[in-house]
Amino acid sequence: MSLVSVRDLTVTFVGRDRTVHAVGGVDFDLAEREVLCILGESGSGKSVTLRALMALNPAKTTRVTGSITVDGHDIVAASPRQLENIRGGVVSMIFQEPMTALDPVFTIGQQIGETIIRHEGVSRATARARALDLLELVQIPSAKRRLDAYPHELSGGLRQRAMIAIALSCKPRLLLADEPTTALDATVQIQVLLLLRRLQQELGMGVIFVTHDLGVAGEIADRVAVMYAGRFVEEGPVAELMTKPLHPYAQGLLGATVHGDKRGEPLTTIPGSPPALDQPSTGCAFAPRCDVAIPACLEGVPLLSRHGDRAARCIRVAA
Amino acid sequence: MNQAITPANTLLSVNGLVCHFPLKAPLFGKTPGVVRAVDGIDFALAEGETLGIVGESGCGKSTTSRLIMALQKPTAGEVIFNGLAVGSDASAGGITLNDYRRQVQMVFQDSSASLNPRLTIAESIAFAPGIHGLDRAEATRRAHEMLDAVGLDPARYAERYPHELSGGQRQRVNIARALALRPKLVILDEPVSALDKSVEAQVLNLLGDLKQRFGLTYLFISHDLNVVHHVSDRVLVMYLGQIVEIGPVDDIFARPGHPYTKALLASRPNLLPGQRRSDPPLLGDPPNPINPPSGCRFRTRCDRAEPPCSDTPPPLTTLGKDHQAACLMNLPGSGHSAAPGIAA
Repeated sequence: MSLVSVRDLTVTFVGRDRTVHAVGGVDFDLAEREVLCILGESGSGKSVTLRALMALNPAKTTRVTGSITVDGHDIVAASPRQLENIRGGVVSMIFQEPMTALDPVFTIGQQIGETIIRHEGVSRATARARALDLLELVQIPSAKRRLDAYPHELSGGLRQRAMIAIALSCKPRLLLADEPTTALDATVQIQVLLLLRRLQQELGMGVIFVTHDLGVAGEIADRVAVMYAGRFVEEGPVAELMTKPLHPYAQGLLGATVHGDKRGEPLTTIPGSPPALDQPSTGCAFAPRCDVAIPACLEGVPLLSRHGDRAARCIRVAA
Repeated sequence: MNQAITPANTLLSVNGLVCHFPLKAPLFGKTPGVVRAVDGIDFALAEGETLGIVGESGCGKSTTSRLIMALQKPTAGEVIFNGLAVGSDASAGGITLNDYRRQVQMVFQDSSASLNPRLTIAESIAFAPGIHGLDRAEATRRAHEMLDAVGLDPARYAERYPHELSGGQRQRVNIARALALRPKLVILDEPVSALDKSVEAQVLNLLGDLKQRFGLTYLFISHDLNVVHHVSDRVLVMYLGQIVEIGPVDDIFARPGHPYTKALLASRPNLLPGQRRSDPPLLGDPPNPINPPSGCRFRTRCDRAEPPCSDTPPPLTTLGKDHQAACLMNLPGSGHSAAPGIAA
């Protein structure tokens, strides 16, 4: 049985002035110990999808349909009480900006300990000892001293490691990562990526990693899903997707990624910008920007058709 | 492209530029410390070239751009534009800030913070030409012309406000505003870092076209090495307020002379899983610019560091044509075991 199973997930934000169809039908499975990268631009719905897996979207304005199962727990139907146990214990998340995700008035040791005490009911002293082990696990130098440090006393890279320690404190089966390396310098980014990859293998977690950076996906993913306007438009093993993308949007994204070897030549671009999501699309959402679009593209939302272990949402690929 | 820097085609030169920010004085005793944001840099910019500046956050690349733009007063050193000292009077052989800023403009990273939300984009673009003496109708005409140049249809966009545009469109407006005074030099401080990949490519192509069309010189600051590789003629690498390497882009990317440059290049993620690394090229974060290490500032993170590195600040040593790096391993007789012997 797979660790995560998502079927026909839609997420709609209902506001007073407008309604946004942020996620318009996402299906996927994640196997145990698998790393899936969701790749997309801002507004594609990748972070909203990730938050839906932990029911973190604002409850008042969010309408969720479809089903989400994580390690046997039904996330959509779970009560607030059940969610408290699932969050941290079964699934946990690391965020892009550790300075806002960490609480500035508690030490790192207290913040890690809080989670362990809540989920496992251990004593404060035990929690502190566990927190020290965790800081060593995420390779924070002079961990003992850092236990009593406040977030502002740490550098960006160490803060991100401390946040990873909190997320891993109760040995979750599934780790969700929302652009955790985007705010870091290149030399620190690669350290954190390698750390996450090592921890994922040692602890045997499933990981869903959201990013807009193809290079990050190349370093960490087993499988990649490309998201556009609230839907997966392509999905497949990382090496094949990076070398032979099927969907015109994925092809455009790879073409638009800057390499040194295209120096001096103009870059391939995708004209225009992503659609507003006020209305659910009735045809292929990428058709207005696609240079191989035909009238049939607008007649209905293309299905995500399977081709072996790959899938693409394009009528021209299905043919 | 890679012409030598001669006095004849030098557009801008920076001599011994230093910028220290004093810290708040402690309550008792001790003199207050300083943040050594930029600590003695020299370089020249030839007319028509693109110089890329790379480095990690806190290395002083943005402070350098603000010093060149005269938005920040240097602690020491000077900026020379077209042979004239920036900020002094014409009678003293200089160029006034007013005249200087007509020739040098800047584009910032945050496209919405750098536009006035209460002005339409045509008003924002026409503002500087108005200040510099164009009448209202002429300034508006200039604004429409610039909008057209950056690929935004004036009829559709001129009367819109910044919040009605996407990030990529706003950055085009910022570029149009920078070009409205017909400058010679444009300083681009992380102009595409906040943009999505597909939009980033559009803006990079636009910058290339505009450079050709208006005969511009670019100072391009970015932390993204792939972008710098794509746009630059020469590259300057900074670490803790100092230049560690400078040279033609192909030399720097093919034969980096400084261990820091090598580590930066090796830190770029790979698209293909077959080329995954198992060890990070550098450990730790950059040290604090308040108290930089003695000698070579990179030695605390360098795997080739030896005792002489903590005593001698390495000077920039020539490695090839226009290519210099500040590492004792390249300096003959420096005492580092990898240094070449002194030529007879």
